Amino acid sequence: MDILVLIKQVPGTNKVEVDEKTGVLKRDGVDSKMNPYDLYALETALRIKQNKGGKISVLSMGPPQAESIIKEAYMMGADDGALLSDRKFAGADVLATSYTLSQGIKKIGKADLIICGKQTTDGDTAQVGPEIAEFLGIPHVANVRKIIEIKEKSIVVEMDMPETVEIVDIKFPCLITVEKDIFQPRLPSYKKKLETKDREIKVFSLKDFDDKNEKKYGLNGSPTQVERIFPPSVNNDKEIWQGNSDELTEKLYKKLKDLKFIQ
Amino acid sequence: MAHLKVNQEKITDKEQLIKICPFGAIEEINGKIEIGAACKMCRLCVKKGPAGAIEYVEEDIPQIDKNKWKGICVYVDHVEGNIHPVTFELIGKARELASKINHPVYAVFIGENIKDKAEEILHYGVDEVFLYDNKELVDFRIEPYTACFEDFINKIKPSIILVGATTVGRSLAPRVAARFRTGLTADCTVLDVKENTDLVQIRPAFGGNIMAQINTPNTRPQLATVRYKVMSAPQRNDEKSGKITLMDIEKEKLNSNIEVISVTKKEKEVSISDAEVIIACGRGVKSQKDFEMIKELCDLIGAQIAVTRPLIEAGWADAKRQIGLSGRTVKPKLIITCGISGAVQFTAGMRGSDCIIAINKDEKAPIFNVAHYGIVGDLYEVLPRLIEKIKVSKGA
Repeated sequence: MDILVLIKQVPGTNKVEVDEKTGVLKRDGVDSKMNPYDLYALETALRIKQNKGGKISVLSMGPPQAESIIKEAYMMGADDGALLSDRKFAGADVLATSYTLSQGIKKIGKADLIICGKQTTDGDTAQVGPEIAEFLGIPHVANVRKIIEIKEKSIVVEMDMPETVEIVDIKFPCLITVEKDIFQPRLPSYKKKLETKDREIKVFSLKDFDDKNEKKYGLNGSPTQVERIFPPSVNNDKEIWQGNSDELTEKLYKKLKDLKFIQ
Repeated sequence: MAHLKVNQEKITDKEQLIKICPFGAIEEINGKIEIGAACKMCRLCVKKGPAGAIEYVEEDIPQIDKNKWKGICVYVDHVEGNIHPVTFELIGKARELASKINHPVYAVFIGENIKDKAEEILHYGVDEVFLYDNKELVDFRIEPYTACFEDFINKIKPSIILVGATTVGRSLAPRVAARFRTGLTADCTVLDVKENTDLVQIRPAFGGNIMAQINTPNTRPQLATVRYKVMSAPQRNDEKSGKITLMDIEKEKLNSNIEVISVTKKEKEVSISDAEVIIACGRGVKSQKDFEMIKELCDLIGAQIAVTRPLIEAGWADAKRQIGLSGRTVKPKLIITCGISGAVQFTAGMRGSDCIIAINKDEKAPIFNVAHYGIVGDLYEVLPRLIEKIKVSKGA
């Protein structure tokens, strides 16, 4: 069985702030890591492979530095990986990102099962998985919290809904997005690191795709546009209390009492 | 094609220009400044760099006729006909937006045996409910639901579609947006509309302490998802208004490669979304065992305990107790945040609360920008004293 896991490189911290005077974004350091939710997707693939065999590929889109997360996936046990990287992909919103990834998936060959993390920690939209499924014309199930059975032509999964749990059988090829906690992700292994140190990472750009129409990628392929960015609004109607702990406690107690949260 | 053009001769200080980019996308290659694949097209370098050094070049693209798209539509989120309350919140918002541009408000309701339930929606001020009522639609399955949505959009041509950011909404809205190759903005915290019917969508962005205003200037329909408890639900009217229209769809469009084997009701859990009082803990809480102290306070004032993402990642609490963009949105009467710095991912999930009291040692913590009462102090000093005081007063 061919399993494809989609992974993304995200900033290591979320300490990005806007300087209120100049409007310039300030960022502490530029360290980055694999989106934590993708670790669960990769672990799910590894467990399926342990039981049923098959091959695990990983695919990412981003700047050339994003190769580091593909190496990390190799250290966890992925068999091969590719990166989609091109200046023409810059400024992509959800739609353009999903379309680019769907073209990349066609390029590396269709998988039976595509697994995505629930969402990323930088965009937090949880939308890219379903949009890719649409572009590939395959069914998807989101919020998968358990893999129940892998059959020859389908997979049975447990889907977490707000008030119910649904067990569904979904035919291959398909895409699932998995919840955190579906499996505990393993740590990258040093042995695998040595083994895979020279393993190739394929890099594809727009010229490698079937659809080379520049208007469908990056900023030009993005129906949504960022009009402006700004710091979150500040509540000016507030009281700031300072003092020693006894005074602070007294004030807090009195406030809770005034507001009737303490009888 | 719209792109950024670098005018090398106008660059005065390369180092400084490179630093402007928050995404590290400006690079110096062989002495020349280039823009790499990390670019998010925020255009800060155009605004803040040396005049004319980086230019935003736009090419004329044919504009669509926005007048052909009319109406603001809300997707009726439901499980087995039980309508999720986010639906009513969105209808309230849709009505407010619609009155600004003189558009009708629609609801699209997809399921089986839901005609009676559709009547209820007429108490909340919609002009028309479009009903897809079919036995293939009894459970949510992505292909037939998307097919109905597609059918609705093709026939009615709504300008704006609002979807609750529920499990179903987060699955369905992107599928529909991709099918129409149009824009979808997730988890909007503010919505407004321009005279030209462009939806103004505001949400936290770029994984940082930043808000972005996003629009969908040249495609229709425009899709946005909004979380439960972000907008306010309108009052239910005693009188009904508007009408219900039954929609036909060809049976073969309702095929699916997904078979629902079973649906089991979960045990009703206490959800922090419905709590009236919440005590939220962040990284300022030093160890998991300190939760005992927080829980004691919770019991004394009838609060639910909630946490930020780092504590979930540390495995200290169940993910259902997480507030923020990747967790739940809450709107309690009172929230006390303990040792939470207040990143926008967190505050986006709680700034609608009636009363926000923040305790943090760092007086510069951004949480004090959203708090109504900010306590600059050590939670390990204040909370034990508070617990003692409450106990004494209760004992007396």
